[in-house]
Amino acid sequence: MSRPDPAHHRLSPARLLDVDPLLEDPKTRIVVCCGSGGVGKTTTAAALGLRAAERGRKVVVLTIDPARRLAQSMGIDSLDNTPRRVKGIDDTAGGELHAMMLDMKRTFDEIVEAHADRERADAILGNPFYQSLSAGFAGTQEYMAMEKLGQLRARDEWDLIVVDTPPSRSALDFLDAPKRLGSFLDGRLIRLLTAPAKLGGRAGMKFLNVGMSMMTGTLGKLLGGQLLKDVQTFVSAMDTTFGGFRTRADATYKLLQAPGTAFLVVAAPERDALREAAYFVERLAAEDMPLAGLVLNRVHGSGADRLSAERALAAAENLEEPRIVDQEGGKAVLRNSPDAQTSSDSPTPGTPAGAPGSAPEGGSPTEDAENTEHVEDAERSVDQLTAGLLRLHADRMQLLSREQRTRDRFTALHPEVAVTEVAALPGDVHDLAGLRAIGDRLAADERELPGPVDQPEPPEATA
Amino acid sequence: MSRLQVVSGKGGTGKTTVAAALALALATEGKRTLLVEVEGRQGIAQLFETEALPYEERKIAVAPGGGEVYALAIDPELALLDYLQMFYKLGSAGRALKKLGAIDFATTIAPGLRDVLLTGKACEAVRRKERSGRFVYDYVVMDAPPTGRITRFLNVNDEVAGLAKIGPIHNQAQAVMRVLKSPETAVHLVTLLEEMPVQETMDGIAELRSARLPVGRIIVNMVRPEVLDETDLELVRTVPRSTVARSLSSAGLGGARRGGHAERLVDPLLTQAEEYAERYTLEHEQRAVLAELGLPLHELPLFAEGMELAGLYELARELREQGVS
Repeated sequence: MSRPDPAHHRLSPARLLDVDPLLEDPKTRIVVCCGSGGVGKTTTAAALGLRAAERGRKVVVLTIDPARRLAQSMGIDSLDNTPRRVKGIDDTAGGELHAMMLDMKRTFDEIVEAHADRERADAILGNPFYQSLSAGFAGTQEYMAMEKLGQLRARDEWDLIVVDTPPSRSALDFLDAPKRLGSFLDGRLIRLLTAPAKLGGRAGMKFLNVGMSMMTGTLGKLLGGQLLKDVQTFVSAMDTTFGGFRTRADATYKLLQAPGTAFLVVAAPERDALREAAYFVERLAAEDMPLAGLVLNRVHGSGADRLSAERALAAAENLEEPRIVDQEGGKAVLRNSPDAQTSSDSPTPGTPAGAPGSAPEGGSPTEDAENTEHVEDAERSVDQLTAGLLRLHADRMQLLSREQRTRDRFTALHPEVAVTEVAALPGDVHDLAGLRAIGDRLAADERELPGPVDQPEPPEATA
Repeated sequence: MSRLQVVSGKGGTGKTTVAAALALALATEGKRTLLVEVEGRQGIAQLFETEALPYEERKIAVAPGGGEVYALAIDPELALLDYLQMFYKLGSAGRALKKLGAIDFATTIAPGLRDVLLTGKACEAVRRKERSGRFVYDYVVMDAPPTGRITRFLNVNDEVAGLAKIGPIHNQAQAVMRVLKSPETAVHLVTLLEEMPVQETMDGIAELRSARLPVGRIIVNMVRPEVLDETDLELVRTVPRSTVARSLSSAGLGGARRGGHAERLVDPLLTQAEEYAERYTLEHEQRAVLAELGLPLHELPLFAEGMELAGLYELARELREQGVS
């Protein structure tokens, strides 16, 4: 069995994604981070934003649901729905970082306030139907995220907008929700609810009309008269003030297809997350949305990846076995392992270490024995620790090969997708330094530096 | 014990897996459980290694001991037609609704109507009885939306009841809330021993409690085995590198002298141990935080080789042993 060459072992995909050219390119205006829940989307978005800002761009990061401590460290834990400048970044390159956390209800309210006169706005904001809708049921969060993106882009105050997508049941919801909302608000149902009489004229609509009158009646009964009235009031108010939600939804959608937009699919090297990522890649292609690449978070590595899991486990077992041979002078240790023979500086079987049970007997009664015991205890605990280290390593190697298999599966499906990997961190990230470290890991050049021993193993003399 | 078991958790914590294992665990001898999927991802079908589930209750597994697990993936659109059918015969009107985009509207945009349908369907399964008067399902386990949305999801009928002040929808909404807020229901939260999921769990519990929804158990998923203990980790900090090198060498991993195979393994292995130690400390902190919540706490092991059907049965056995059924 040949050992994987470390250089290829870490990353088999055909293409490496380098985020720096993407972030530095003045033509890149929007970066959308998407992926399933729990893969580190928000952290990735924040790290990208910080990196771009420290490379001289004026950036705003729009996050949906950041971890509290991350939000605090960026100074955006208060929900006021406007971008706040993040302090503490390195601005020597002339960049700025702003960040905001999306407040759905506030965004919705702002749309109403901006597009309706005072009286009408009050009527809408006070409508119970509106209040439930805007408080964020399924779909509205996605819509509002896209709406906010459109607004930020329209203000043209930033060179780059980095967007985190909502933690929805499916990572794709945010693509669909605006369209649905748009098509509904612009659709026949609205016209029916707002002005049922208008539809009466056309002969072709006759069949539909029967259904409709049945439906209005049914709806009335189902919902109760008051609710239907609330819905109608709401819809007509929305309709007249918004004048084409559809247009807005379409504009946002087009913005996502525009050349200045780049999608990054975020995933972890786990089966489900990568399955979702593959699905997303396909969907983006179908929608003509420009995919920049895949960010693979929490990838594990090992500095000792030449030592396989199997060998590590065998060695650990070896160390944990009771000693066959007692030691002499607390130094030489001999085990029943065939491997021991191959190593250069372990004693050869049958050498002075002697016959089983020979050493302590007949020696000086107390002191020597105690000393030996001490040394032996210490050695034994070091052996135990070493066995633990080896087991830990075996776990790590198994994880590595699992991750590799999952990645390979994705790469086989989508060889065209450029990939960047971010090494797993033991803890969570909640400050700028942590984000910066992630940013370094996201950038391609970092990958060449650390990692496994690259030089070929020099042949060791065997005894 | 509660007959409606709702399983929520932060994304990525494996709540679908836990829900499925729980459904298996509850299907003890002669019992029948229904596993309900509400998010349309076909995660259950994947777990049980079957084809995509249709909108119909079908048997997907026999639990050890002979209980049965049924599964249902709720399709909001079909559930709506179901729902309308409950009150009215809506043949052609249903089709007209569909043409108008009303179904789309109702199932995707309207304030929580989708959630009304999903919770309504689950409660219907809870209450359904055979002619004999026996419940059709002894337990209904719901693979619910993530922690961030769970309270709103379960509470949607309260809101609906407030919107539709009279009529059948109002009555239906109230009936559903009666089930959800009663001891008939328990909402379990799945978490990992990591900071964010634990924080989210605590937030979720606070929200559920303030909405008077019954909080059940906390299930810590994917718990890694302890490879090194406190003593080992203490030793990692102080152990002379050369002794580790000698130990590695004695285990047959090469030379212990400087530059030898074994010697060169020491640093990377100790680095891995330090990373382990850092995580170990974090995990212990999070475990302590969870313990303080005073809720029944369960731990399920991580399957290093990934989740497979056999693993699911093992988790179910684990849950039984920990007394959830």
